[in-house]
Amino acid sequence: MRPLDLAVPAQLMTALGPDLLLVAGAMLLLVWAAWRPPSTAHQRHVGFASLALALATGLYVISSLYAQRTATEGPIAVDNFRWMADVVILLGTVFAIALTIDDNARQDIGTAESHVLILFASAGMMLLAAAQDLMIVFLGVELMSLSVYALAGINRRSARGAEGALKYFLLGAFATAFLLYGMALVYGATGSTNLGDIASRIGELRLAGSPLLVIGVALMLIGFGFKVAAVPFHMWAPDVYDGAPSPITAYMAATVKAAAFAALLRVWMEAFPAAFDAWRPAVAGLAVATMIVGNAVGLAQRNIKRMLAYSSIAHAGFLLVALAAGSGQAGSALLFYLLAYTLATFGAFAVIIVLSRQDDRPVMIDDLAGLWGVRPWLALGMGILMLSLLGFPVFGGAGFFAKWYVLQAALQAPAPQVALAVILVLTTVVSAGYYLSVVMVMFMKPRPDDAPAPGPTPGLTRAVLLVSVLAILVLGLVPDQLVGLARAGALRATPVTVAPITARAPRP
Amino acid sequence: MLIQSAASAGTNPLAGTAAGWMWAIPLLPLLGFLINGLVALTSAAHFGPADPTAASHAAHGDDDGAGHGDAHAAHASTRHRFAAVTSIVGPGVLVAAFLLAAAAFLAMRAVPDLSAPFVQRYFSWMPVGDLSVDVAFRLDQLSMVMVLVVTGVGMLIHIFSVGYMREDPGYPRYFAYLNLFVFFMLVLVLGANYPLLFIGWEGVGLCSYLLIGFWFSEKANADAGKKAFIVNRIGDFGFLIAMFLLFANYGTLDFSALQAQAGAFVFGGPLITAIALFFFLGCTGKSAQIPLYIWLPDAMAGPTPVSALIHAATMVTAGVYLIARSNFIFAAAPVAGLTVIVVGALTAFFAATIGLKQWDIKKVLAYSTVSQLGYMFVGVGAGAYVAGIFHLMTHAFFKALLFLGAGSVIHVMHEAYHHTHRHDDAQDMRNMGGLRKHMKVTWILMWIATLAISGIPPFSGFFSKDEILGTLFSRADGSTLAQAHWLGLPGTVVIYGAYALGLAAALLTAIYMTRLMLYTFHGPNRTGEQERAHLHEAPWVMTGPLVVLGILAAVGGWFNLPEIVTRALPLGPTGLLEHWLDPVVGAGTARVVGSGGEVAAGTEGLLIAVAVAIAVSGIAIAVTVLKPARLVPKAQASPEQGFERVLNNKYYVDEIYDAAVVRPTYDVSRNLLWRGIDTGLIDGLLVNGSAWLARLTGWIGSQFQSGQLGTYAWVLVLGVLLVLGAFHHSVLP
Repeated sequence: MRPLDLAVPAQLMTALGPDLLLVAGAMLLLVWAAWRPPSTAHQRHVGFASLALALATGLYVISSLYAQRTATEGPIAVDNFRWMADVVILLGTVFAIALTIDDNARQDIGTAESHVLILFASAGMMLLAAAQDLMIVFLGVELMSLSVYALAGINRRSARGAEGALKYFLLGAFATAFLLYGMALVYGATGSTNLGDIASRIGELRLAGSPLLVIGVALMLIGFGFKVAAVPFHMWAPDVYDGAPSPITAYMAATVKAAAFAALLRVWMEAFPAAFDAWRPAVAGLAVATMIVGNAVGLAQRNIKRMLAYSSIAHAGFLLVALAAGSGQAGSALLFYLLAYTLATFGAFAVIIVLSRQDDRPVMIDDLAGLWGVRPWLALGMGILMLSLLGFPVFGGAGFFAKWYVLQAALQAPAPQVALAVILVLTTVVSAGYYLSVVMVMFMKPRPDDAPAPGPTPGLTRAVLLVSVLAILVLGLVPDQLVGLARAGALRATPVTVAPITARAPRP
Repeated sequence: MLIQSAASAGTNPLAGTAAGWMWAIPLLPLLGFLINGLVALTSAAHFGPADPTAASHAAHGDDDGAGHGDAHAAHASTRHRFAAVTSIVGPGVLVAAFLLAAAAFLAMRAVPDLSAPFVQRYFSWMPVGDLSVDVAFRLDQLSMVMVLVVTGVGMLIHIFSVGYMREDPGYPRYFAYLNLFVFFMLVLVLGANYPLLFIGWEGVGLCSYLLIGFWFSEKANADAGKKAFIVNRIGDFGFLIAMFLLFANYGTLDFSALQAQAGAFVFGGPLITAIALFFFLGCTGKSAQIPLYIWLPDAMAGPTPVSALIHAATMVTAGVYLIARSNFIFAAAPVAGLTVIVVGALTAFFAATIGLKQWDIKKVLAYSTVSQLGYMFVGVGAGAYVAGIFHLMTHAFFKALLFLGAGSVIHVMHEAYHHTHRHDDAQDMRNMGGLRKHMKVTWILMWIATLAISGIPPFSGFFSKDEILGTLFSRADGSTLAQAHWLGLPGTVVIYGAYALGLAAALLTAIYMTRLMLYTFHGPNRTGEQERAHLHEAPWVMTGPLVVLGILAAVGGWFNLPEIVTRALPLGPTGLLEHWLDPVVGAGTARVVGSGGEVAAGTEGLLIAVAVAIAVSGIAIAVTVLKPARLVPKAQASPEQGFERVLNNKYYVDEIYDAAVVRPTYDVSRNLLWRGIDTGLIDGLLVNGSAWLARLTGWIGSQFQSGQLGTYAWVLVLGVLLVLGAFHHSVLP
């Protein structure tokens, strides 16, 4: 198959149709958002228009997915992995905009730019998912990151928000430098920024041991590690997640992570499979550190948003296990995991939004005490979401299968990652300590007499909660459908050739 | 489902006949369970003890202050609003199942020389690696007999229960359990492989547990249920080991496939002997043989119809069925066969001695059941599978009759006490006496059953017991059993010893059964002046099934008349059951018989004469020695002395088990396993310790989370160095 020629309009639309629709729509909405003075009604209107745009883009993506629009080579990947990743990203976008509409109304924020910023960030993420060239990867990362830096501090009345956003920006810039430097070194070693070309040159020129390439790969891993909040590049996450408005936190925790992982997996599987031996120990080490620190520190949290921040770090660790497996299965496992995680995270943050007060005070786990008594459906939904994050069978729905597929990918890889699988399971047990404590507090602790009843659930928040809980349960009962799609979306990765340890060139 | 079965069974002549509906036979009671279960759930809040048989009447304490009318009103209100549904569905499904079984039986009879079993495969249940277990039913002559006994006797007992349990608040729950029991029992006898049989085996155990503890609000009842359950687990362990051994060595658990390999079994080899002995361990649990018989007497805590159905007629005979079903295994293991004979004979004798000195009418019958099961095991152990199954059948008739009769008596006694608000033991024979004047039908029917169990011709028990003892005697010469050795003793000696024990047990049986009848129905009435006025015959819904069982107990011997009888008297065909079962057990029997044969006609006549003489003298001894007139009610009775006391206390076996097994296990569990390992090591060190470790890690982690950007950047750079370090190994020089 010939690469798509982006100068031909029809081929351009095949390759980038949904992305162009989103970006063009977002531009128009930006103009509209700035056109009128801030007001609650205005932000609602822009919000609903953004929602419609995201949904339309989503339908476009789904039609592309079902039309099996695929092409190889070129800077833009047109394959099912990308379309599936786009579905996950746009699902998060829709959820985030819906929650933001309600959250802005609750906090009396009239500015409409948050919706547009979410759309721009999503456009960057979709580019990331589609990137088959390091330059496009960087473009996507920057488009996404710059929008998200702004989103993190969108609530200008919150000191914690401003502090978090600034930290995120400074550290993010620092990390992006590593990413860019890494890309430069990889280009220097291989002479190409195209993922396929990089892979073939590593093979042809026997570059797997070249210091230039290896350091380049290492620096890129650091850059991506920052974006997915892998330990030890995670320090920003709790502060930023805590300070940002809840819908944005969910968006950062789930969707930014999904896009970064999609790009990370694609680059690693398409460009660096031949260097598997070189990067596997580092990825495995990051996975182990992320799983252990994320889950263990999560135990110590009383602030529920910080708790979910560490939970998000821990989940990044689980996803790194899929990456470390380095098999074709990793792609579908990762996509399914991201979908389940997106659903559960947005659902949980929807509950947090319902429980949030007018003031800036964070929601503590103890604030959920006796929720079952006053808002049983809310407590039930939150219980299912917590079990899903934990990976509990049946009641945790899709969460269980998500973990299951990752474990399967790790154990059935050409080089089975048994140790990583064991640590994944053990740290999951640790994570039960904080997920179940939420469930315990809701159902078994009495509600304090002075605790105010939570306010009514706004319509869109209710819809997000309902959709996420139902989707989790349904996917837990019939995961096959989606797994079939995800499997079709498995990366066309050059098969990873695993050289036995002993076969490595001896050191002098 | 049907397509599959048609494909696999298409060649069998039974395909397409009524036997093709055999899957519906167990499903009908299951349907009944679902309906009654739903009815029971709608009244879940109304459970409570209304135990007409419980020794303690404390449960009725709340009736004390109220007048008669109030008490009855209270009773009436506990009746469930859908009880009528239960009354129709509960026995109805059994009637339907019995009719279906009868139709299948007629279809089988219509096929001449049916030798191959009719197997229906429904779906593959456990296709794991080499193991392939199907959910499949197998209808052959043996399972047909069992299905008829289970559905037939079950049907009668269900009808009886409508009257007996009428006033119980747990009426729908009772029928739900009883229906479920019949379902599992039918799965047990119809299953075409050992795992499916085991499903039924465990299922009936579960229902037995649920029904023993039916009046669970009294601790003794709940404890009895638990005892039955736990003791049976020991036996089930044996069953499982036997299955594992079979699969590991022969690669299948299907009856037909195993039977096809029977020729390859090493005759008397250690493997096949071990398999047979492990199966027999399972039997000692389920069928209450030494050493695991102790649960059955306690199981009498359940409602009396349950005792009749589960703990006399059907479930406890599952072990006998298992050995008959596995005849190709036991026939290849003579040492195991001798073990079965010894254990069966010892149990028969030992339990009969305990039965001599029990005062509780149900306890007498319980020990009698243990003893009679011993006879059945002597039969199947000696390779007389037909005789064992025959005794199983006749025993189902007369023992069900005895239990239901006893149930009628208890029911009446209880009602009388209830009317006069007296709290006394309605099951103690010392409180009865002279009931024949008040309950004529029950009295006559129970005498028929007593004569049958004692072995008086022409009642059914005579034929079946005689066939067991006669066959056992003939095995002493020339059979493979006689040639084997058991713990160094020659097989012949063991068989003669068992025969002697069997005769002694027969004498004791006649004595304790006559004693039961004398104390209950004869002599003066000891119930009390006030209560006497309320004694009356049970309603027809209860006596009707008794009459049917009475007829069967009287003439059940016709099903397998010995040649010596038919030669002298034109009573009917010879050895009906023997011919019927021949395709299933014939080969196994022939293998056990070996070079031996029948005893001479003269000897056989002599043996019969001896057996009858022993039975008659047993009754005579009881009549002359026991004086019902001298008996005093329980409340005034003085405790027994000497050996009588030992018998009354059942040789203190429960106490010995308690001291030797239960206490040590309990102490080890409590002090070492619970306090030491669970609380100390696992909870203390591992669970709390790891939680502490996780929290410590978390605390250390949060200390880095200072909020200072400088710290964060510093950690980030540290990470960069670590990641670069991790790549270091792959850099070529």
